Amino acid sequence: MRWINWHLTKRDRLIAGGAPILLLVVFYLITAVQRHAVNPSDKILPLPSAMASAITALLTTPDPLSGNLVFWADTLASLQRLGLGLGIATLFALVLGLLIGALPPVRAALSPLVTGIAVIPPIALLPILFIALGLGETSKVVLIAIGVAPVMVRDIAAHVASLPREQIIKAETLGANSWQIIARVALPQSMPRLLQAIRLALGPAWVFLISAEAVASDIGLGYRIFLVRRYLAMDVIIPYVAWIALLAILMDVTLAAISRRAFPWAHGDGR
Amino acid sequence: MSALLSLKNVWVEYGDKVVLEKVNLEVADGAFLSIIGPSGAGKSSLLRLILGQEAPTRGKILLDGAPLEAQCGPDRGVVFQRYSVFPHMTVLGNVTFGLECPAAPFAARLFGTARRKAEAQATEMLEAVGLADSLHLYPAQMSGGMQQRLAIAQALIKRPRILLLDEPFGALDPGIRADMHGLITRLWRDYGLTIVMVTHDIKEAFTLGTRVLALDKRRHDPHAPHRYGATAVYDLPLRGPPVPAAEPETQLQPVAATN
Repeated sequence: MRWINWHLTKRDRLIAGGAPILLLVVFYLITAVQRHAVNPSDKILPLPSAMASAITALLTTPDPLSGNLVFWADTLASLQRLGLGLGIATLFALVLGLLIGALPPVRAALSPLVTGIAVIPPIALLPILFIALGLGETSKVVLIAIGVAPVMVRDIAAHVASLPREQIIKAETLGANSWQIIARVALPQSMPRLLQAIRLALGPAWVFLISAEAVASDIGLGYRIFLVRRYLAMDVIIPYVAWIALLAILMDVTLAAISRRAFPWAHGDGR
Repeated sequence: MSALLSLKNVWVEYGDKVVLEKVNLEVADGAFLSIIGPSGAGKSSLLRLILGQEAPTRGKILLDGAPLEAQCGPDRGVVFQRYSVFPHMTVLGNVTFGLECPAAPFAARLFGTARRKAEAQATEMLEAVGLADSLHLYPAQMSGGMQQRLAIAQALIKRPRILLLDEPFGALDPGIRADMHGLITRLWRDYGLTIVMVTHDIKEAFTLGTRVLALDKRRHDPHAPHRYGATAVYDLPLRGPPVPAAEPETQLQPVAATN
């Protein structure tokens, strides 16, 4: 049988997907145990027990300065920045994307600007943001928004512009004005694409979040990782990275589920 | 008899390329005009002109005696071969949309009693095309024939002066196509429609139409194939508009051939 026709059952998919991950974990454990056999105080590849105790401390012991539980305070701060940044970017993507995609004059006026902003590496803007907006929350949120919004705007605009011409003509023959076509034809058909765009923007958004936190912050997941790096505290860094991965996967799965639930027509199955 | 739609010396050119030249056409109220012709003979261009999607390079188009605006409007309904229905709306939503547009210019949708009234009207229209059992399906859940039925209902709810059909049954299999022919003939008669249909299928053109228009190039320059455009080479009146079946007592004189 050709490989392209070789479809696995659900159970086989689980085994096939889990095997590489399991293999990597086993490889890590073996290497870590070997290193600890040579040097019991090795910090580079901590054993699971060391990670567990380090994280338990961050989970249960309040920070002597702020009185917060560090792990949760970091998570909350990071998620808040990420949520605000992505939220602003999503709003821009929806409004600008719809207008640029549906209205030729707006496309002529704004499309070059959006393209221009999109090609600037956002990290290069970080110094400007820090100087202009200070080192507080605003600059971090704005970095995420500027970093992901242009790509999302262009994606939504392209999607709206590629709606079949027949649909737009049909709407016009039904008496719809520009606003009604945007609100009833373009907007609903952009929503699944918007959720898809958010899912794809999650990766870059995390990059910008961790970068901003690494450069100037006093709280957050990225800040913590870069802080404890000075002490080679891999027992904190590895669980934090795993936690970030888990959060990102949860967001992705949630967005995919929302899209399937809310827009059944876009996924080839009825309600 | 005054024409509902008239094209006077209409030309369509794209730069050097002449697509249509010197098209003169009068379409009478109640006519079912089939347009046939080889690929590239400007059938779809002609339809786009009437639809208002494009303006003629030269010449005039009059609808009910008034110049046609080069923009699509609710006085001309259309059914395309594909993409005629909105995939994100249910069957009922697709048809109700046409009633919501003029009634709610800002909210873009109706609520409460007005909505129920519009939905009742849409349901009636859907019953007429045989989709009464599919009100809450999405287009993707329906067959091609059902989607075209929906597209027709969607266009007819606006009571257009002219219904334009762009190869509406081209993608359907023969059995379904025969059903659709029956449906469109019945709707044409019941609603007193004026229909302009572009088709590849010559048999279909002659079965359905009261008049068949064949577009082709009169002259052809092999060294400059785009130099000459197409125009109506044959214009065949077949029969008058349908005679209303009701009122059997009065001796109905068939309306004189409308062409």
